[in-house]
Amino acid sequence: MRQVFSILVNNHSGVLSHVSGLFARRGYNIESIAAGPTEDTETTRIVIVAVGEEETLAQIAHQLRKLYDVREVNQLSYNQSVTRELVLATVAADAEKRIEVFQIANAFGATIVNISDTSVTLEASGNDHKTRIFLKALERFGITTMARTGMIALPYDGMTDNWEPLA
Amino acid sequence: MELNGSQIVIEELKANGVEIAFGIPGGAIMPFYDEIDKSEYPHILTRHEQGAAHMADGYARVSGKVAAVVTTSGPGATNIITGLCNAMMDSVPIVAITGQVALPSIGTDAFQEADTYGCTIPVTKHNWLVKDPRDLQGVVREAVRVATTGRPGPVVIDFPKDVQVAKCEYDPQRKTEIATSAEPFSAAPEPDTAAIERLIEAIEASERPVIMSGSGIIKSGAAGELAEFARRARIPVINTLLGLGGFPGTDPLFLGMPGMHGTAYANMALCECDLLINLGGRFDDRVTGKVSSFATKAVIAHVDIDAAELGKRVKTDIPILANVRDVLVLLSAEVKPKDRREWLDRVARWKEDHPLHYDGDGSIKPQYVIEQIQEVSGGDAIYVSGVGQHQMWAAQFLRFNEPNAWVSSGGLGTMGFGLPAAIGAKVGQPEKEVWLIDGDGSFSMTLVELATAATYNIPVRVAILNNAYLGMVRQWQELFFEKRYSHVHYPTNPDFAKIAEGYGVRGFEVREMDQVRSTLEEAAGIDGPAVMNFHVSREENVWPMVPSGAGNDEMQLGPQTREEVR
Repeated sequence: MRQVFSILVNNHSGVLSHVSGLFARRGYNIESIAAGPTEDTETTRIVIVAVGEEETLAQIAHQLRKLYDVREVNQLSYNQSVTRELVLATVAADAEKRIEVFQIANAFGATIVNISDTSVTLEASGNDHKTRIFLKALERFGITTMARTGMIALPYDGMTDNWEPLA
Repeated sequence: MELNGSQIVIEELKANGVEIAFGIPGGAIMPFYDEIDKSEYPHILTRHEQGAAHMADGYARVSGKVAAVVTTSGPGATNIITGLCNAMMDSVPIVAITGQVALPSIGTDAFQEADTYGCTIPVTKHNWLVKDPRDLQGVVREAVRVATTGRPGPVVIDFPKDVQVAKCEYDPQRKTEIATSAEPFSAAPEPDTAAIERLIEAIEASERPVIMSGSGIIKSGAAGELAEFARRARIPVINTLLGLGGFPGTDPLFLGMPGMHGTAYANMALCECDLLINLGGRFDDRVTGKVSSFATKAVIAHVDIDAAELGKRVKTDIPILANVRDVLVLLSAEVKPKDRREWLDRVARWKEDHPLHYDGDGSIKPQYVIEQIQEVSGGDAIYVSGVGQHQMWAAQFLRFNEPNAWVSSGGLGTMGFGLPAAIGAKVGQPEKEVWLIDGDGSFSMTLVELATAATYNIPVRVAILNNAYLGMVRQWQELFFEKRYSHVHYPTNPDFAKIAEGYGVRGFEVREMDQVRSTLEEAAGIDGPAVMNFHVSREENVWPMVPSGAGNDEMQLGPQTREEVR
């Protein structure tokens, strides 16, 4: 299973070491980690996508809550939260192939941020699913370099809990 | 008033119940030591920082109070990592204050600079690097609070040299911020009443219940409540290694220790019970053996103050997040006595049929020495151990009748823990006799602290059960590596009695059975530390034994029988 952990922490130096160190020493697998300021200057939100069995994911939440600087740990379900990731990808595309890359960019609402004689760099954001399809669409040109922010997430505000997502 | 950082720390330690420090000075902690001297803050100078950490550990385990450990930067700080890790594993509070190079030098690989903050993250409940003297008041208060609330544990305050001398305004009455909202750092949650009701129903429905209690009983001061509940409900009680003393060892309901070197009857009871109530233990792998064959016939209830322990290793039917003492009070009030004669008779028969035993052959048996120590000490001393075979024999053969009387390194299994922990225990409970049962391997690792015992005339009685082996490793090599004894033999052990004398400590060599009792009696009468070197039967093994990775139902009883339980 993959799960999004949204962790609200005190904005103290060293807190990221405490959080990431916990994952390392207990052998939990991190797929991505993203941290940034929140609406409150005293806190930082760390969003971690972790992979593991259900019991492991529950244990991760418990262990995170034992960290002094952790204020809140939310395990977000995919259907009840909005998730986004920013991707920068450079693909090999000369003048001839550029048009095709532009079309893909257009289809995904991606922005062209650089063009050279041999390459195009694109910027795209989206949820887990969209970024995956987008990167797959670029694969045949050859992605020469890529950088991703890791996923950030917030729960959908005002959503009722009794809504049943499609299986 | 205006104070410097060092003075603020000392004022706050005193104000928050930290009455003593163990440590060693060095370059980056000298301003703080200057204030320790000026303020006459109680301090024990040790010979190695690891010793200081274990002393604070032993002190806390027997007194329920917390001590400070003070070291310099770099090697001083890294030398306490083992002691911190040991305390973390066994949930023991320690407040460590480590010197650090001055703030402008941090990150420059300065002389004796180490990343103490980074190094101690995984071995503490929390740690701080203090960069501003105005933060010290709140940090020391929080450090003591974090170390002692909920599930206790060690904390570190990394204290740069310039912050030690920097002055700022200090008001002892000032309110400081509690910077955490995390549940483990606040008061224990009220037990969930629905879960308590389910547990009471389970107890009333149970024909074959067993209580297994851990160190949570001792740490929460619930030994009296446990005894009352168990006797009222007529439920036999198993104590984990760190839970020993949580229930009277002489009570007919007592079943001893479970697991790898537990009693046969404790493991049989675990295999056969229909309800297992774990009170403040953490289902350590040495207790459970193979989890899939652990207490398979039982409904499992688990009371713990740490939410992360509930369901961590063993699937629990009735998890209760609470202070175990609060739960016991509720249970005692509610539970009705029930006739469980059939189950208690069955358990009593196991006790009769499979007692702990050893065979005498004229040599000094380590178990015999332990029994004699119990007799000579009158049974109400504090007993401390190192780690290895001697530790297991002590856990098996000593009878603990009160809490806070057994000091042993459980989770980390730290050889060398014994001597410094015994010194710390004696400092923490000076009116009690303190006996250390140690192995030659364990003792060798920290024997330098004999100098500390001598300097402060701390009368610990040290009994070395010397088999000139790393005995537990040798036992495993005998049983699981076809007797290939790879590097477990110490053929040239020093003459420990002479070593002791060299430190100004009375030393005794004991090679004959008939000297055992008289030596113990003589040592007990000495006004000061004593070391007794018992040359024990060399290839004695600890039985029963559940082989590593096996289930408790695959326990082996010993060489004569070698039979399995079922």
